Amino acid sequence: MSEVQDYASRLSDPKSRKMGTFSYLPAMDGDQIRKQIQYIVDQGWNPAIEHTEPQYSASHYWYMWKLPMFGETDVDRILEEVELCKKSNPGNHVRLVGYDNYKQSQGANMVIYKAPLEGDVLKEMEAAAAVHAYELVHK
Amino acid sequence: MAKTYQAGVKEYRDTYWEPDYTPKDSDLLAVFKITPQPGVPREEAAAAVAAESSTGTWTTVWTDLLTDLDYYKGRAYAIEDVPGDDECYYAFIAYPMGLFEEGSVVNVMTSIVGNVFGFKAVRALRLEDIRFPLWFVTTNPGPPHGIQVERDLLDKYGRPLLGCTIKPKLGLSAKNYGRACYEGLRGGLDFTKDDENVNSQFFMRWRDRFLFVQEACEKAEAETGERKGHYLNVTAPTAEEMYKRAEFAKEIGARIIMSDYLTLGWAAHTSLSKWCRDNGILLHVHRAMHGVIDRNPHHGINFRVLTKILRLMGGDHLHSGTVVGKLEGDREATLGWIDQMRDKYVKEDRSRGIFFDQDWGQMPGVLPVASGGIHVWHMPALVSIFGDDSCLQFGGGTLGHPWGNAAGAAANRVAVEACVQARNEGRELEKEGKDILTSAAKHSPELKMAMETWKEIKFEFDTVDKLDVAHK
Repeated sequence: MSEVQDYASRLSDPKSRKMGTFSYLPAMDGDQIRKQIQYIVDQGWNPAIEHTEPQYSASHYWYMWKLPMFGETDVDRILEEVELCKKSNPGNHVRLVGYDNYKQSQGANMVIYKAPLEGDVLKEMEAAAAVHAYELVHK
Repeated sequence: MAKTYQAGVKEYRDTYWEPDYTPKDSDLLAVFKITPQPGVPREEAAAAVAAESSTGTWTTVWTDLLTDLDYYKGRAYAIEDVPGDDECYYAFIAYPMGLFEEGSVVNVMTSIVGNVFGFKAVRALRLEDIRFPLWFVTTNPGPPHGIQVERDLLDKYGRPLLGCTIKPKLGLSAKNYGRACYEGLRGGLDFTKDDENVNSQFFMRWRDRFLFVQEACEKAEAETGERKGHYLNVTAPTAEEMYKRAEFAKEIGARIIMSDYLTLGWAAHTSLSKWCRDNGILLHVHRAMHGVIDRNPHHGINFRVLTKILRLMGGDHLHSGTVVGKLEGDREATLGWIDQMRDKYVKEDRSRGIFFDQDWGQMPGVLPVASGGIHVWHMPALVSIFGDDSCLQFGGGTLGHPWGNAAGAAANRVAVEACVQARNEGRELEKEGKDILTSAAKHSPELKMAMETWKEIKFEFDTVDKLDVAHK
């Protein structure tokens, strides 16, 4: 039998946090992101961009970047907005959403930019983990 | 003009065979596969089924004349050959709306698959499909939440959900059981699951299980930052006990509970489903015992009918079969009942065993669950067959990973995400599955190990319950 490998995920380590679809894959490159945007457009969904400070990423509601881009089918235009959102919100995670208005749901939702976890943000996330750990035992 | 009373036995077809009848939108329509006793004409057997499942009995009675039988009787209105099987034929029967209590699947099924199934004039009888009229659909509660609400509650979009049934089914202590759940959830699963027969046995009473499993969910949520659930099976010997367990699950913050709808009983299940909507808890539904009812091609009830009645009674998840795993399931037939779970309107499609148009009105959809004998190598086919609105459950395919549950879970999560990413890029999953998984495994030692472990496993027995079109 081969050597058993440990699964390195820790409550105390904020880098263990995941954020939905594609968060178990390596970060997508520019070309891969284009293809996902194209997919959203091809489905007839409305693209939208959201962002958040990393310590609040588990919330249902991230900040909307402007409004969903209703009827926008130009992949370059959508990518331009992604860049604008990133530039205006340094240190934030950014995700891409495809609103499916027939199903009243999001047909796609993926983080396309993960901000590095460092400095005060990292400390805050570590402190939050400690509170979680305490509550698990003492509720 | 009033009729006169003549006692004695009449042929059923005199009253219940009406080939010129045009079904009304408000009628409940059913199609039976009838295997008659030798010498019984087709029309007579069809009419007998219509009579015995509605107003008729074996002899004329004077009280027939106190009512307007035409207003209440079921009518056999068409007969068709069964492709590839000369022993039997399809009989189509229309039942007027007045025969049924609104909102009662129990009442409908007691009529339609009641005494008639033991009727001597037929050798075997199978209910193949029912068209529920829209008025009946709207008088039923339906899924407590439905697919769209579940996605919102759990914040999971654009991919199939992932689950795992904890094994061994029976015999683990509550704490060890919770450990198995925790490992799977921290590795990337959305759900872990009680097996259908995990209730409250000596080795693990329900309350102990609920508490340990809830801690497993909460710790995995804190660790991964994602929402997690474990289907706490509240199936119990009495309805009072079922409610007690459900209330406790709510009290400790469980997101989802579970019912075995066939063994629990339909009235109890429907009550539980309504409770789930009132209390904001998702309901996973297992179909244990269905094989007794639906597997024989000549007798019983096709699973597509059991699917339809579950959607009416309510449930957020329902086991559908995997097509590719260890359990019975024809691909086209499975696609047929998956449509009945999820779609707003399903058109007649004999190639999928669907005999009637079915309008579901505004009723939410049920998430189909593919579970049983599947592993990472099946992932491309599963994503292709089931699409995003599904829950793929790997029991042995998670727990059997050489490095344990967390690694097994991570392997499945990487595999499903890689398949979704590739599909969105326009690649053909079932053709390119091996390439897609192999390149994903470059970044995931857990997936690589899983692919090495399960490479050779295949289940290649032919299905027993095939669609009739496939026989010849």
